[in-house]
Amino acid sequence: MLLEPVSSGDWLAIAPVVVAIALGALLLMFRHYLRWQALIASGGLLVMVASNAALLHRVVAEGPLVMTMGRWLPPFGISFVADTLGASFALAATFVAFVCAAFSVVDIDTTGRRYGFYPFLMLMMAGVNGAFLTGDIFNLYVWFEVFLIASFGLLILGSERAQIDGAAKYAVLNLLATAFFLIATALLYGSFGTLNMADIAMKAGGLRGSAPVTTIAALYLFAFGMKAAAFPVNFWLPASYHTPRLVTAALFGGLLTKIGVYALLRSLGMIFPLERAQLSGVIEWVAIATMLLGAMGALAQNDIRRTAGFLVISGVGVMLAGLAIGDTVAIAGTVLYAIHSMLAMAALYLLAGAICQAGGSFLLSDLGGLYRASPLLTAVAFVVFLTVASLPPGSGLWPKVILVGASIEAGRAWLSFAILFTGLLTTITLGRVFILAFWRNRDHGEAAPATAGHLAPLVVLLVPILLLGLAPEEFIRIADGAALGVTDSAAYIRAVFPAGGQ
Amino acid sequence: MRTLIFRTAAPYLTALMLLFSVFVLLRGHNEPGGGFIGGLIAASAFAIHGIAFGVPTVRRAIHFHPIAVSGFGLLLAALSGVVSLAFGVPFLTGIWVSPSLLGMSVDLSTVMVFDIGVYLVVVGSITSIALGLEDREDE
Repeated sequence: MLLEPVSSGDWLAIAPVVVAIALGALLLMFRHYLRWQALIASGGLLVMVASNAALLHRVVAEGPLVMTMGRWLPPFGISFVADTLGASFALAATFVAFVCAAFSVVDIDTTGRRYGFYPFLMLMMAGVNGAFLTGDIFNLYVWFEVFLIASFGLLILGSERAQIDGAAKYAVLNLLATAFFLIATALLYGSFGTLNMADIAMKAGGLRGSAPVTTIAALYLFAFGMKAAAFPVNFWLPASYHTPRLVTAALFGGLLTKIGVYALLRSLGMIFPLERAQLSGVIEWVAIATMLLGAMGALAQNDIRRTAGFLVISGVGVMLAGLAIGDTVAIAGTVLYAIHSMLAMAALYLLAGAICQAGGSFLLSDLGGLYRASPLLTAVAFVVFLTVASLPPGSGLWPKVILVGASIEAGRAWLSFAILFTGLLTTITLGRVFILAFWRNRDHGEAAPATAGHLAPLVVLLVPILLLGLAPEEFIRIADGAALGVTDSAAYIRAVFPAGGQ
Repeated sequence: MRTLIFRTAAPYLTALMLLFSVFVLLRGHNEPGGGFIGGLIAASAFAIHGIAFGVPTVRRAIHFHPIAVSGFGLLLAALSGVVSLAFGVPFLTGIWVSPSLLGMSVDLSTVMVFDIGVYLVVVGSITSIALGLEDREDE
């Protein structure tokens, strides 16, 4: 198969990355043509959304799609392997990025554009898509670096003191996590002699006696847990996510932690399932602590961006719950929750931007009277809050139902209690925001009505959120397919090694 | 560093290093060298020129903004991989042509185009950093 001619349809596996890099480079060359930047970036992201949708459609219908770079046969060449898990994450992430690019028209000023917001955005999306689609664990590291470096650029756009402070913490702690990722990969390469994920999954069974596989898996858990902002290595997120431009925060909150979750699913769920089972108890308590501390942290905040940051963390805890249980149903819940979380967290940050535009502040102590000023914004905010709190009609309901069901099924009462209790705390948190920012009368000045430029992207983002909430069958089917690809790696391995290996 | 000796020698040094960087770039396919190291040599040439004659001179001399140069390199590298789309082979597969030029066969490939892309990325980004730092020194 690998030496046969490659049909142009196979290029879907690499298309999002190539388009993003090429357009990023183009925008870098013409970064002084400020008027065109937003248009080209949004157009490019729309093309990527379409190509990712086509990829997902094909992968769901025909199984994993493989393209090995430069025709060097796996395990030596670097394979891009798009399976349902990677393709669905890539589609959701690119869609969120597209909406954020539309929002950036009102949020990123001329200075931000001149300093290269759009090239950074495209290069970050190249890294994000590459991470979701690659089938080589060292290549995964490279894509992590690509989006990390682009994210540093996005983070300090504006060069304010608080931004540099946040970026320093973000950079140091993320580089630390990356270093652990690299150490684990080196150890893995030393014991397995291969970096191709399918090859590793195939060889893991034979090498369990001689290689330090559990150590490697634990290192990956730590490294990716740090990337995903899981307790106790979550402190970098609240320290940095409230400082950058709002669009950047929405992109980070929506996408970056989910890449950590994706990498955990890929490494622990698919490659080292037995080690995942060994570490399951640890993951469970990490999940519970992350959920509860995230939700309690959110409850204590005055700045709504910080509230959003802590809610991102508590969402990561919910996703880890599925990984702790580890059967197909629970993993499907995690996948669905991750997709919900990308959409919902981006919506929450963008909403914070709209609130700040209308109310003139991010602080709950200063906000008020928004209901009177902008009923439409209030309606949007109400739906977004319900979604984030995992209440109907939003997208969060079904993944939580699946996860709670799976944890009760697995006899993990504490886990299901924590998921439900987190939902309660989140509802209280967002209810508090709603009461203080929207219902309360304003004690000074008038709130401005929300502008169409702020509201339109939010409404676009609500479409898939409501679709997932009201007609979940198709989404659940895709999530089931993705989870099946994680718990049973046979199809993935067969796609990379059609002849059954070697 | 604007001594007479240095300012006299710097143009020759810069020209020589730029020439050498292209040599290293092209030699890199089979022997030590390549786009990355070639790019570093070219960037040091610009840095030396900047130390001798000041940053504005270098910026005028290279005409394009260094970041635009590195953007072009990235685009070139990405597009060199897309060529294989027309030949039914995976992304980044090397495509070779050997046209004969003045009686000699010259091997050209997308691999070389990719390496030239890498060269430009390194030249652009490192020059940009070096000139930025030298700018700061002048103030």
